[in-house]
Amino acid sequence: MARAVSLNRKTFNTLLAWSLGLLIFFPILWTILTSFKTEGQAIADPPLFFMFDWTLENYAIVQERSNYLRFLTNSIIIAGGSTLLGILVAVPAAWSMAFVPSKRTKDILLWMLSTKMLPAVGVLYPIYLIFIELGLLDTKIGLVVVLMFINLPIIVWMLYTYFREIPPEILEAARMDGASLRSEILYVLTPMAIPGIASTILLNFILAWNEAFWTLNLTAAKAAPLTAFIASYSSPEGLFYAKLSAASTMAIAPILILGWFSQKQLVRGLTFGAVK
Amino acid sequence: MATQHSRSTARLMMAPAVILLLGWMLVPLIMTLYFSFKKYLPLRGGDLGWVGFDNYVRFVSSSSFWPSVSTTLIIVGGVLAITLILGTLLALLLDQPMWGQGVVRILVIAPFFVMPTVSALVWKNMFMDANYGLLSYLWEFFGAEPVQWMSQASLTSIITILSWQWLPFATLILLTAIQSIDHEQLEASEMDGATVLKRFWYIVLPHLSRAITVVLLIQTIFLLSIFAEIFVTTAGAFGSKTLTYLIFQRVLESQNVGLGSAGGVYAIILANIVAIFLMRIVGQNLDK
Repeated sequence: MARAVSLNRKTFNTLLAWSLGLLIFFPILWTILTSFKTEGQAIADPPLFFMFDWTLENYAIVQERSNYLRFLTNSIIIAGGSTLLGILVAVPAAWSMAFVPSKRTKDILLWMLSTKMLPAVGVLYPIYLIFIELGLLDTKIGLVVVLMFINLPIIVWMLYTYFREIPPEILEAARMDGASLRSEILYVLTPMAIPGIASTILLNFILAWNEAFWTLNLTAAKAAPLTAFIASYSSPEGLFYAKLSAASTMAIAPILILGWFSQKQLVRGLTFGAVK
Repeated sequence: MATQHSRSTARLMMAPAVILLLGWMLVPLIMTLYFSFKKYLPLRGGDLGWVGFDNYVRFVSSSSFWPSVSTTLIIVGGVLAITLILGTLLALLLDQPMWGQGVVRILVIAPFFVMPTVSALVWKNMFMDANYGLLSYLWEFFGAEPVQWMSQASLTSIITILSWQWLPFATLILLTAIQSIDHEQLEASEMDGATVLKRFWYIVLPHLSRAITVVLLIQTIFLLSIFAEIFVTTAGAFGSKTLTYLIFQRVLESQNVGLGSAGGVYAIILANIVAIFLMRIVGQNLDK
């Protein structure tokens, strides 16, 4: 299916798409650029694009003043911990739904999805109260558990759609050859499922990293991840753009890079297989 | 074939996920319902007894309720309109042959991965600040008076920030759908002399209707509960208080748990009305 396209039209498409792409990306680019300016240059009139004295001092100051590394560690532990815990719970469930489906499988999947629709604010106080009672307020373990619950439906769903793509004939063949359930799972299914599991981990890590309702409401000083760290920069006015930019760049850089690898999973994970 | 044995194993494997989610759903939900029928002020006397539907009535008759509903609707509606229209146009463009398509895709998708507190703060300070924001320079450059974005145009500002965050999502999903269109059919209709507009209206748009519905529903569910974007920009001032934010203020700021819980129940009902439609579409797809 060769689509004959005139060179002119292709050039026009390219120019238009690149301009729009850069326009959409511009706020991020601007933040990254500003993070390398001095505070004076950051608010220069007219704005400076590339011709300024590049400096790394903002990064040093942000780390020194607010201990960026501690927030980063918290983010990694919370996002990573909740994702892995979710995978542990979800893999067996998705597995059995994909390979031993029953009449109720569809209902269970849809019900799991429905828990994701529960607005967080509707259960804010109960969770807050439970956290106080159990001494979980401002702890990493508390957030790991809550974010695990938040993302569990998506994890189960994504895994389910991946597992369903594994042909069941392969399982039958393994069983005919006398494989036990354990070796069937370990040696036959797991290798085939690893790409799907990896994609699921990737997307849910990103979602947990960026979660900004529970992380803001259930943490104070000790367990606060990067979302809360950035929110602490919301003072109304002043000469702090370069530092805000440095802090922002550090908070989003790891995820931007991961995110670029997860475009396809994004569609699968967030539309629950409704768009292919 | 599934034997009796493998069935019970399957049920056992499913149990942890089901039980955990059931607990996560039911316990807080029941507690919210319980509090919503009580006069409960943790800092001013604690549990002051049952009050029936008082909280429900008071939440709806408070002077901030209807403004918060209209604010919520304006924000959700505005973001949906912008992201769906621009997303469709952008997806159509990205489907065209061009150089460096992969890079453009990456540029367009990037905002989705920026954490909400960062995008809100960057927009608020570096773009929308009346003295130093880039938009102020732009306005002055064209001889216009800089806008006090957050106070004079709070909803426009928040809609702009949210649209920037959600445009990538809409574009990506619509692009995925567009790429599955039968291009031969499009070419055939082109040869038969159908105009661009006609091809869009009679072939592309019907094909996209399902993806558009999915984007609409999923974004509505997420947008109904946005929080961080308001928390770090206006903190609910200047007429930007959504239903979610109002409930948050009742519960955590003024510590009126009973009243806030009644609001929470309203929010849950509202979200469920939207969710029912989404579930129906997802469910249909499962049968295939």
